[in-house]
Amino acid sequence: MLNIAVCVKQVPDTEARLSVAADKTRIEEQGISFILNPYDEHAVEEAIRLKEKQGGTVTVFCLGPARAEEAIRTALAMGADKAVHLADAAFGGGDEGTAAAALEKAIAGKSFDLVLAGRLAIDDASGQVGARLAEKLGWPHVTAVTRLAVEGREAVANREIDGGSQVVAVTLPAVITAQRGLNQPRYPKIPDIMKARRKEVAKVTPADLGLSGGEVGGAGAKGKVAGLAPAPGRSAGKVIAGEPADAARKVVGLLRDEAKVI
Amino acid sequence: MATDIWFFAEHKDGNLRKVTLELLGEAKRLAAAAGGEAVAVLAGSGLGGLAGQLGQYGPDRIILLDDPALAEYRTGPYTNVLAVLVAERKPLAFLFGNTALTRDLAPRVAGRCGAPLFSDCTGAAYRDGALHFTRPMYGGKLYADVTGAAVGQPGTTVFAALRANVFGAAQATGGSPAVETAAVAVPPDALWPVVKETLAQVSGKVELAEANIIVSGGRGVGGADGFKVLEELADALGAAVGASRMAVDNGWRDYKYQVGQTGKTVSPTLYIACGISGAIQHLAGMSSSKCILAINTDPEANIFKVADYGIVGDLFQVVPALTQEFRRLLAAS
Ligand SMILES: Cc1cc2nc3c(=O)[nH]c(=O)nc-3n(C[C@H](O)[C@H](O)[C@H](O)COP(=O)(O)OP(=O)(O)OC[C@H]3O[C@@H](n4cnc5c(N)ncnc54)[C@H](O)[C@@H]3O)c2cc1C
Ligand SMILES: Nc1ncnc2c1ncn2[C@@H]1O[C@H](COP(=O)(O)O)[C@@H](O)[C@H]1O
Repeated sequence: MLNIAVCVKQVPDTEARLSVAADKTRIEEQGISFILNPYDEHAVEEAIRLKEKQGGTVTVFCLGPARAEEAIRTALAMGADKAVHLADAAFGGGDEGTAAAALEKAIAGKSFDLVLAGRLAIDDASGQVGARLAEKLGWPHVTAVTRLAVEGREAVANREIDGGSQVVAVTLPAVITAQRGLNQPRYPKIPDIMKARRKEVAKVTPADLGLSGGEVGGAGAKGKVAGLAPAPGRSAGKVIAGEPADAARKVVGLLRDEAKVI
Repeated sequence: MATDIWFFAEHKDGNLRKVTLELLGEAKRLAAAAGGEAVAVLAGSGLGGLAGQLGQYGPDRIILLDDPALAEYRTGPYTNVLAVLVAERKPLAFLFGNTALTRDLAPRVAGRCGAPLFSDCTGAAYRDGALHFTRPMYGGKLYADVTGAAVGQPGTTVFAALRANVFGAAQATGGSPAVETAAVAVPPDALWPVVKETLAQVSGKVELAEANIIVSGGRGVGGADGFKVLEELADALGAAVGASRMAVDNGWRDYKYQVGQTGKTVSPTLYIACGISGAIQHLAGMSSSKCILAINTDPEANIFKVADYGIVGDLFQVVPALTQEFRRLLAAS
């Protein structure tokens, strides 16, 4: 029996055209669609597979505004049992530290054996919350995991390292962050989506977690976005025509003499 | 000192990593602006030779964490020794390279220190008494200017991980930095994880994120075998081989070579995209490259909208021709 928590974040669709809101520190959310963070799909999938094999429960934890319930429902439709939604406005505008702190309060002391998270949220591209959450909980963590086995009170994981991979073991409870390659996330079927609508999503506030207003969201954040701007654009360069051999000669010449990159 | 800029001097197989010299270059620039020292933190076991190597590149000071317990990277021991050091001395900033190792380590250390960490930064500056970093966000569509809320107030170290290949590396001009050996004490409960096996990639291959030149292939490569022509070009250039998600999903390349929003972010001097259409999620991983060369049969392919140079043609003809040209050029120089 495994009692598993999965942390999920809702992020803008990768195709979305983004613009900067008037305050120049956040994106304009009007008119864009959101998805369950791709790495979190792998985390949810792995949790469900472990439950299917060993029995237990899967609880989803998500910090985000009301719209994030859609991502929660996706995870529930995949097969998670219930969810806790940290949806209060006071949680907004925080950083990885405040997210980890709030998630820790929601997760600690509930006899979870394992927390699964994504290795990275593709919106902020921080890759921090998993490890920070583990630190708060006082548990070991393993990042960028492509294979996971739970054997008794031990988690054995393949993790990506620079130039290769490594098999490591940690004692449960532990936090594991999912890398692509861990599994192939399932697509929820219509009946599962219907069933997910009836699953419990508990809404919690900072006060429910014993946190003061100053410890959450923008007020508690140590990192601040001072400004947000469109990326410096790239424009189309030169297209070189001709037979392959000619074109290759020309391009190599340009790379050397004009771009000076070789 | 509260104005010092520290950096984590990562090394591998007895050599400093390339990104380490870039961190040193940036640490020196920021330290000069902030009025502090550029300080290397070198951790491992038997570090005398590496400290000598590093000293040549001119840090003001090297702090050695030299202990058998640190011989192999493990999250627990490394977190412990770094967090103790930061808590004791409270530098202004602690810089890391954006590598797999530090993506595991830096958030944990920052968490223990109650510090902000800015990941995968492409710019840094000391302005109006505060450190600012530039971070591509939302798949590189937007760039954020980020800063520590309490920078300038003593006791708040700002952590930042810098993208490889973006910052100018320090040059070996000689130097004799102060070398100090700090005490290492690792409590038994910090000895995690247990490393069961390390499967290293064939040595001699260039690491994707640190590569100066990347030759990347997409669906146009047609199969695992098709990558041979890209590998030949990469060998001629000392380049690394990357892939689009299509190539990875088709099983032609391992996931760790995927470039993009759900893969690696890279910033080489030259990115050669072969048979890649230039989907927005792919661009997310490579649009900070200095120069992009695209080879594609479709003149309308999106990749040509961002490429500095493009060749419209079949990669199986163009890439071997490029290999030949580069070989000729490199043999002549
Ligand atoms: C949530 C999400 C995350 C994603 N993350 C990533 C990511 O991290 N990285 C990524 O790459 N993609 C990612 N994608 C996928 C992305 O949307 C594209 O599907 C993918 O990048 C396309 O790969 P491709 O360019 O190789 O293939 P295609 O789009 O099929 O392009 C193949 C190109 O090859 C050309 N071609 C064909 N034959 C030849 C030939 N002989 N010579 C020369 N050119 C030829 C064609 O003209 C075409 O332009 C993601 C998608 C989603 C939804
Ligand atoms: N607001 C959030 N709510 C729940 N989980 C989160 C949240 N933010 C981040 N996470 C988890 O932490 C992972 C890494 O996020 P990040 O550090 O923001 O890149 C994500 O893939 C999620 O699993």
